[in-house]
Amino acid sequence: MTRPLLLQGGRVIDPSRGFDQTADVLVTDGKIAAVGPSLTAPAGTEVRSVAGKVVAPGLVDVHVHLREPGNEDEETVASGARAAVAGGFTAVCAMPNTDPVTDNQAAVGFIVRQSVRAGLARVYPIGAVSVGQRGEQLAEFGEMVGAGAVAVSDDGRPVASSHLMRTALEYARTFGIPVADHCEDPTLAAGGVMHEGLVAARLGLKGIPAAAEEIMVGRDCLLAGLTGGHVHLCHMSTRGSVELIRRAKEQGIRVTAEVTPHHLTLTDHACEGYDTHAKMNPPLREAADVAALRAALKDGVIDCIASDHAPHAYDEKEAAFDDAPFGIVGLETAFAVAHTELVRGGVLTLPELIARMSTEPAKIFHLPGGTLVVGAPADVVVLDPAAPWTVEPATFHSKCRNTPFTGRALTGRALLTLVAGKTAHDGAGADSTAP
Amino acid sequence: MTISLGKDLIGLEHMTPEQIRLILDTAEPFKEVSERPIKKVPALRGKTIVNLFFEASTRTRISFEFAEKRLSADTVNVAATGSSVSKGETLVDTARNLEAMRIDMVVIRHGSSGAAGFLGQRIRSNVINAGDGKHEHPTQALLDLLTIRDKHGKIEGLKVCLVGDVLHSRVARSNIWGLTKLGAHVGVCGPHTLMPRGIEELGVTFFPRIEEAIEWADVLNVLRLQLERMEKGFIPSLREYYRVWGVTPERLERSPRPITIMHPGPMNRGVEIDSRVADGPHSVILDQVTNGVAVRMAVLYLLAGGRPELADAAKRGGAE
Repeated sequence: MTRPLLLQGGRVIDPSRGFDQTADVLVTDGKIAAVGPSLTAPAGTEVRSVAGKVVAPGLVDVHVHLREPGNEDEETVASGARAAVAGGFTAVCAMPNTDPVTDNQAAVGFIVRQSVRAGLARVYPIGAVSVGQRGEQLAEFGEMVGAGAVAVSDDGRPVASSHLMRTALEYARTFGIPVADHCEDPTLAAGGVMHEGLVAARLGLKGIPAAAEEIMVGRDCLLAGLTGGHVHLCHMSTRGSVELIRRAKEQGIRVTAEVTPHHLTLTDHACEGYDTHAKMNPPLREAADVAALRAALKDGVIDCIASDHAPHAYDEKEAAFDDAPFGIVGLETAFAVAHTELVRGGVLTLPELIARMSTEPAKIFHLPGGTLVVGAPADVVVLDPAAPWTVEPATFHSKCRNTPFTGRALTGRALLTLVAGKTAHDGAGADSTAP
Repeated sequence: MTISLGKDLIGLEHMTPEQIRLILDTAEPFKEVSERPIKKVPALRGKTIVNLFFEASTRTRISFEFAEKRLSADTVNVAATGSSVSKGETLVDTARNLEAMRIDMVVIRHGSSGAAGFLGQRIRSNVINAGDGKHEHPTQALLDLLTIRDKHGKIEGLKVCLVGDVLHSRVARSNIWGLTKLGAHVGVCGPHTLMPRGIEELGVTFFPRIEEAIEWADVLNVLRLQLERMEKGFIPSLREYYRVWGVTPERLERSPRPITIMHPGPMNRGVEIDSRVADGPHSVILDQVTNGVAVRMAVLYLLAGGRPELADAAKRGGAE
C-alpha cells in the first residue's frame, strides 16, 4: 500500500460539485480521503505543497487511438497510457480500429489486460459497432461490455447504413452505453483530403464539404430521437453541426458531442504549404466554425473536449498531401492548447475547462473519475496553469510526433498525475514510469 | 538590379509579375534556336537533368526534352511504369536516390497536388513543376502568356476566359495567377459541377453560359474535358457537354470581335471544341506548342543561373 499523500494549499477545482477553493486534498488507500482547509495528515503521510497550483480530478479523454494490436510501432496501450498521464489524463477510451478490429470480448479483454499491465492511465476499450467495422453485422455489444467496453464505435469510418445505426442505438440501450459515431457521408467525402473551401481550391486539393458531416449529424440525431438511444458525436467540426445538436438537445434527444483542441484552434489555412500535420478527418474548417465550436463548448451544446489522439509514423506523414494519412497526436498538448487558447483567450474559465475535460466526459461515458468527492478513486491531476513551455515533439512520451503544434508557445501543464492514488506522472521530479 | 527565380519553379501563385515577365522576355531569343537547321546551343552543356514523370504525358515531356537537348543538357527520362516507383518506392526515397546521383535539375510531373514543392524542399537540385495534381502547371501557363502576348502585343487589359473543367485543372489555376498578375481580366466558364467553390474570390468572373463568355472575351482558353469526369458523374454526357458548352463556329460568329482560340491539348474534337474552331483562322493552338519549347528553354536557362541579358549571347555559346 502506498503512503498517504497530502496535497497542501492548492486551488482545488472540482466541477462535479461546483467546488473551487484553496484547500488540502488527502489521498489514502487510493481514494480521496478528505478535501478541506488545513487538513491534519496521519503519521507517515507524504506532504506535498502545491500552493499556487491547481488540484483537479484527472482529465478524461473519450477518444484516442492506441494502435495496439496491429501497429505497435506507432503506439501501444502502454506508450499511449504514458503519454496520457504526462498530459494530465487519468483515463482514456481506446477506439477499436485496431488490427484486428476490437470487435469481440477477447479483443476487448486484451486491451484491459494491457492497460492493467502498464499501470498508468486507465484505458477503457471502445468496442466496434459492426463486425470488422465493415458496417454490416452488429458486433456482440453485451459480451464486449462484459469484458470492459464502455461504448461502441466504428470510428475511423462512419456507420454508413442508417438501418445499422438505428439497430445499434436500440440494441445499445440494454447495456447503457453510448454509440459514438464518426459523422461523415462517405459519398460526399470520398477522395477529400481537406475542408472544401477557398484554400482547397487554391491548393488544388479535393475538399470535404461541411455538409458531409452535417448530414450524418442530422441523421444520427433523428435516429437517437427515434430509438431513445444515446448517440455520441465524435470530433465535431462545423457550425452547422453545432446548430443541429442544439436543436436536438432542445427536443430532449439523447445526444452528446465532443470537439478536439485542434478544431477549436486551427483553420484550413494550416494546410497551406501542403503541411501534412494539418491533415485530419474531419478536416480543419473555417474561422466561423472555430468560433461556433468555442461558443458551443462554453454553453454546453458540445459536452466535452477529446483529443482524437492519432499517432502516425514520421515517414507516413512525409509524403504528398493526398498520400499522407489523416490524424495527429494530442494527449500531451490537449490541456495546454485548450488552456492557452480558451482560458487565457477568455472563452472558458479554468473550472469550465476542467469540467469539459474531466467531469463531463466521465459522466457521459459513465466512467469513474471526474470528481474529487470523498470516497472516489484518487484520479487526480495537479496542474500548473502558469507554466510556459514550447512544444517539442522529440520530448513526447507517445511513440509518434505528428503534431501541427510544433514550436508553439503554450501555457499550462500537468505537474503530477495520480491514478488510484499512485503517482503515474511527476513532472516536477523524475518521471515515474511503471513500478 | 537582377531578378532571380529562386531555386525552383513550382507555380505562378507566389511569383512576382517581374519574375513572370523575365521568363517571357528570356524566351524571346530562344524562339529562334528552334528555327535553325542545327537546333542546339551550348548554354547547359555538362548539366544533367532528370525528367521524372509519374503521370503519362506526351506533349509536355517531349517539349521539356527538346528544350533540354537544344540547350545541350544531358537528360534522363524516368516514367512511373517500369521504374522503382511502380515497385512501391516513396516519393521522398525517389528524390533522395536522384540526389545521390548528383544531378542538377529535376522536371517532375506527379498526380498529387504539392508533390513538386515537396520534392523541391527536400533536394538541392533545381525542381521544375511539369504539373502536380490539380495544383499548378506553370510552364503551360507561361507558354499561354507568351502566345497571348505574341498575338495581341500585350496582356494587360485583355479579357481571357478559361472554359471547361476548372475544378480539376492545374492549367486553369496557373493561368489565373499568371494572367491576373500581368493585368488581364480573367473569366471562367463551365458547369457549376466543374467549378471550385469560392473561385470568384480569386478575382475571376464566372460565366455559367458559353454564349456570355464569348460575348465578353478577347481570348478563349479551352480546357480539355477528361472522359473520366462523365464516369464520376460531374456531367451527364459528352454529347450534352458539347451542346451546352462546346466552342463552335456558330457561337463564335455572334461575337462582336474575333476571338483568339487556345487549347493546352490534347484536344477532344467535337467535345469541348469544334474542329472548325480548332483549325480555324483565330486558333493559336500550334503556336502554343512552338512557344512551349522556348519558354521551357528560358526556365531551364534561368534556373541554371543563366543571366537574362546574356540569353542572346548564350545562343552563340558565350554565356557559360
